[in-house]
Amino acid sequence: MEVVYITIGVSIIVAIFFFIVFIKTVKSGQYDDTYTPSVRMLFDDELVVVDKVDKSKEENQQV
Amino acid sequence: MSLNNCYHCGTDCGKNPIIFNEKYFCCNGCKTVYEILNTNELNCYYDLESAPGTIPKDIKGKYNYLENEEIIEKLLEFSDGETSVLELFIPSIHCSSCIWVLENLSKLNSGVTTSMVNFPKKILRITFKNERTNLKELVELITSIGYEPYISLEDADNKDNKVDKTLIYQVSIAAFAFGNIMLLSFPEYFEVDEFWLEKYKHLFRWLMFTMAVPVVFYSAKDYFISAYKGLKHWILNIDVPIALGISVLFFRSSYEILFDLGSGFFDSLSGLVFFLLLGKYFQQKTYSFLSFERDYKSYFPIAVTLIKNDIETNVPVKNIKKGDRLLIRNEELIPVDGILINGNAAIDYSFVTGESVPVSKQSGDKLFAGGKQTSGAIEMEVISSISQSYLTQLWSNDVFNKKTAVTIKNITDSISKYFTIAILSIALVAGIFWYNYNASMAFNVVTAVLIIACPCALALSAPFAFGNMLRIFGYKKFYLKNTETIESISKIDTIIFDKTGTITTNDKTQLLYEGENLSGKELKSLKNILRASNHPLSRSLYEYLQVSPSSTEPSSFNEILGKGIEATINNIDFKIGSASFLQVEVKKLEETAIYIKINNHFKGVFLFKNSYRKGTKEVFNKLSKKYNLVILSGDNEGERENLDKLLPKNTKLYFNQKPEDKLNFIKNIQKSGKQVMMIGDGLNDAGALAQSNVGIAISEDVNVFTPACDAILDAQLFDKLPVFVSLSIKTIKIIKASFVLSLGYNLIGMYFALNGLLTPVVAAILMPLSSITIVVFVTILTNFVSRRI
Repeated sequence: MEVVYITIGVSIIVAIFFFIVFIKTVKSGQYDDTYTPSVRMLFDDELVVVDKVDKSKEENQQV
Repeated sequence: MSLNNCYHCGTDCGKNPIIFNEKYFCCNGCKTVYEILNTNELNCYYDLESAPGTIPKDIKGKYNYLENEEIIEKLLEFSDGETSVLELFIPSIHCSSCIWVLENLSKLNSGVTTSMVNFPKKILRITFKNERTNLKELVELITSIGYEPYISLEDADNKDNKVDKTLIYQVSIAAFAFGNIMLLSFPEYFEVDEFWLEKYKHLFRWLMFTMAVPVVFYSAKDYFISAYKGLKHWILNIDVPIALGISVLFFRSSYEILFDLGSGFFDSLSGLVFFLLLGKYFQQKTYSFLSFERDYKSYFPIAVTLIKNDIETNVPVKNIKKGDRLLIRNEELIPVDGILINGNAAIDYSFVTGESVPVSKQSGDKLFAGGKQTSGAIEMEVISSISQSYLTQLWSNDVFNKKTAVTIKNITDSISKYFTIAILSIALVAGIFWYNYNASMAFNVVTAVLIIACPCALALSAPFAFGNMLRIFGYKKFYLKNTETIESISKIDTIIFDKTGTITTNDKTQLLYEGENLSGKELKSLKNILRASNHPLSRSLYEYLQVSPSSTEPSSFNEILGKGIEATINNIDFKIGSASFLQVEVKKLEETAIYIKINNHFKGVFLFKNSYRKGTKEVFNKLSKKYNLVILSGDNEGERENLDKLLPKNTKLYFNQKPEDKLNFIKNIQKSGKQVMMIGDGLNDAGALAQSNVGIAISEDVNVFTPACDAILDAQLFDKLPVFVSLSIKTIKIIKASFVLSLGYNLIGMYFALNGLLTPVVAAILMPLSSITIVVFVTILTNFVSRRI
């Protein structure tokens, strides 16, 4: 059962690793704005495909 | 979208829309934005949301001051000579199209490397190359597409206010420790004398101890500090029993594991700290796009145009000296008191007084700081420095220099005094009893009493009830500065209102015609004449007349600045303007009016009436049952009669109140023990708002700036004011009810403690159970009472 020392040790190291990562993300400001990225991801490609948007609209109408 | 609405901004285009690219626009501004976006392949802007735009403002020359090195340096977040980073606050950001177009700024200006929007804060962050573009160019570009940034002295001064994240770290450490310690302590709760457990329990216990150390010394440190501060001033605040509980928990647990007496209460300890901090975090809701701390500096421009020897230079506002000559352009604010030298001045003092009808001034007249010029450029001579102007003097009053001391005794602290004394005496009595009865148990019982009495649930009920109410109010567009405001609202007994802009609306100025009826033809001709005039009163009247202008152009047209218009149309002579210009008798002295003469015959007068907000009467009737109501108006007595009719009998009315008078009035009635709520809107109420126990600023548009206050109420919701007040009182009742509940838990715990039965398992069950039920209890109740606002 000495393996308990290893398993607990490993689990705590893993937990602390994730804890440190979490603190880092807070520090870097990842959670400062949780709204804008959710909107931003929706229009990544809009700029290039102006025509496509129109076409897809037409297609929708045909269907 | 209906045919007649502007493709860009969605407003009604009226009779004569501008048609471009088969699309309708309400004005040239909107059309220009469309053109800019269209030629740069950014017309996706209109696909994301329909009519997302705002009408761009005329900005010619307005941003010239952004060429001043000193100002540039202040505004830029970062600059290394090659690349610069700029953060702009843009109140008009409101939809996903806004985000999209602003983040594609690089298509419009090649100097921009990246631009990023923070939507909740309405901030645009631009990184740009200095050699390709500059600050002024960028600001003008953004303004030209309808996103005018808000640049103020104050924001430039304290731009490096970093958000304090300590609480987040404290909570996360407590949460981490709580979870892990709970897992490690579980085995001992269920298996007591098991072989393997006996072997490893020391490892488990010391691991728990290691994790509890940062919880006590980092996460919970604020409780110790606050308890110490309280004790120093002989105040037993709620943090005293908390700090006592935490330290007893920690020392007794450490003692137990050191001498191998038991597993200690580390799980309860970390859970307690975690829940307490969670409550604190929940209470800290802030509206990042609002500011409750603005003073006059936020209203005033950063720089003005100074004319010296016919050369225009831009100087920062604070460098203006007496005797300087300033150029104030259209839509610019007057930063200091001065005398009008030349130009057609129509000053809109709505920032200051709430009065939206612009006042005409002639050269030689005194202009007061805070007014906004609304028709063309004017020149003025400065007669006092910025801090000594009529309006800004107010800020030299002590109210504004007072740092918010912890003078407010909140509801939790008022009960904690008795609570602390009670548990200390129980602990003492129990200790004496057990010492005589079974001395070995005395230490156990005394510590158990202190542990179980730790008022976790008690300390949680107020933060969660207030925090939840704050959010509910926020959804309903009543924004509070902090949770203490709810408590202050519940205590008030006197409500003071400002008149203009607070109980009157300031955008829908209503006109009333008195005199002989005008024929349809006369009205049409009148409208035609008014079209050519740029005077703000003419504009209002033009919009008010619901006829289409006649097709024939006036054969003669002469506008005399500051007086009126003379015009001939279809051989009929019109004279429109002030009473003195028309040489007629003044009808009502107090009111702004336009007099009309046709063919030298006096026809009548258009009076500008302030309309009262929807529900004013009901609001006053409801509130008058419980509160003393007072109206403090900066205006003259012109409206007294109307107000007497409209408002309940016991409302006191005071007129001709200067900003300082309002402040002193509140100070005086506070001395007689009154708790005052002030409701105002303009800068002239700023002193009163700061002095009162609760200052509420009313705002037509919450993104436009309100003076420093405790709460901002959307003007549309003025009629809901009594509901918000009564909800605040209900919140206090809910908190009191939850106090009873949590004291019940404490009594149960006390039973275990006094009988020497408090084991770690009991504590581990009782503590989270009481906390969670209290949180659920207050959340459900606050939601329930506010289900219908």
